[in-house]
Amino acid sequence: MATVMTDLRRLGDVKAPEGFAERVLAEAGITDSYALFGTVLGPVYVAWNRRGVSAAMRAPSAQDFENWFSDNVGRLLVRVDPPTDLAAKIADQLAGKRRLRFDLRGLTPFSQAVLEKTLQIPRGQVRPYGWVAREIGHPAAVRAVGTALAHNPIPYFIPCHRVIRTDGVIGNYGGGGPEAKKSILTLEGVELPRLQRLAQSGLRYEGVKSTKIFCFPTCYHGRHVKPANFVYFHDEDEARGAGYRPCKDCRPAVA
Amino acid sequence: MEGTDRVFERLVRDHQDRIYALGFALTGNRHDAEDVAQDTFIRAYKALVTYSPDRIRDLKQKAWLHRIAVNVVRNRVRGVRPRLVELNGSEPDLATGPEEDVLRKAEIDELAARVACLPTKYREAVVLRHVQDLSYAEVAETLGQPVGTVKANVHRGLKILRGENHGDRDD
Repeated sequence: MATVMTDLRRLGDVKAPEGFAERVLAEAGITDSYALFGTVLGPVYVAWNRRGVSAAMRAPSAQDFENWFSDNVGRLLVRVDPPTDLAAKIADQLAGKRRLRFDLRGLTPFSQAVLEKTLQIPRGQVRPYGWVAREIGHPAAVRAVGTALAHNPIPYFIPCHRVIRTDGVIGNYGGGGPEAKKSILTLEGVELPRLQRLAQSGLRYEGVKSTKIFCFPTCYHGRHVKPANFVYFHDEDEARGAGYRPCKDCRPAVA
Repeated sequence: MEGTDRVFERLVRDHQDRIYALGFALTGNRHDAEDVAQDTFIRAYKALVTYSPDRIRDLKQKAWLHRIAVNVVRNRVRGVRPRLVELNGSEPDLATGPEEDVLRKAEIDELAARVACLPTKYREAVVLRHVQDLSYAEVAETLGQPVGTVKANVHRGLKILRGENHGDRDD
């Protein structure tokens, strides 16, 4: 009698296997999973959960990535084998063919607005910090926009590299410094030398003579225009004075 | 939302061993045990996010999880005979512990397989009472049965486990 009951009690001492709690929490969407993915930008650690991609970073090691995630996001993180469907989605996202879902919980509403707005900048184009600030309804918060972008938890995916200074200086970049920012923009088809020449002459907008519309110099409406048909402006007043109206797509000024 | 996630994380960490052991005793093998335990917690989470903070605070977590787990097992094994585990270790363990641990583990696996062969109503009663160490009142509440029924089922289950299952066909 005693032995069966003692045996049964030992059955109750069985422990859940290693990593069980982490798997359950990941399944419930509370913890994030991460893996190392090979991308056009080189190896990138990517974290995600059921809401979407939550972080990305080129880190020297998995441990560095885990530490950074714990400091900046704070949720539990479990390393898994890279799912093949996600690898394909990441490749498409970085090639501009699709938009993944992102999980920006934990960021301030302001930062979220900045990042959502940044997501709308098309591949191959750039916008000034002041543009993001104006578009999200905080035209004076240019520096705050810079700070929010500097702390972008999902660089490359949320293209903070497409936001640049109006003076043409390629600012510092959390995803690997100014050189990395330059190489990503070049990879996306931005003609940086031209852009920087314009910026250094103080020319911020390009107008098209036939349409009397002015755009940011990387706006895709200018892609088929002959160089001779461009006219350049230093600021909005000059453009409007010449009878030009702002482009409704790249919105260099309030229409 | 954030609060619920924290509560759930504690819940999983506090109860994972108990619920895994419960799944193990009810299904008889470690693979199904993990499935059952995982399903139990996921169901608990889905319910938890719909609960008010007051309800979450007043929740009797242990009894609640046991009730969910029993239902998970009932739903998955409905119509399916419990799987018998081969005694020579059909599920090799990656852990390379001392030899006595391996022996002890094999013994426990064998016992779990034997328990899993009990008829459902005896198995649930025996496992909750003697593996999970709940009181008769708690077992009765978890299973939604009168205490007298639970006592009788525990008694008959133990009898079968001791190999004295003759004369039990009258119920």
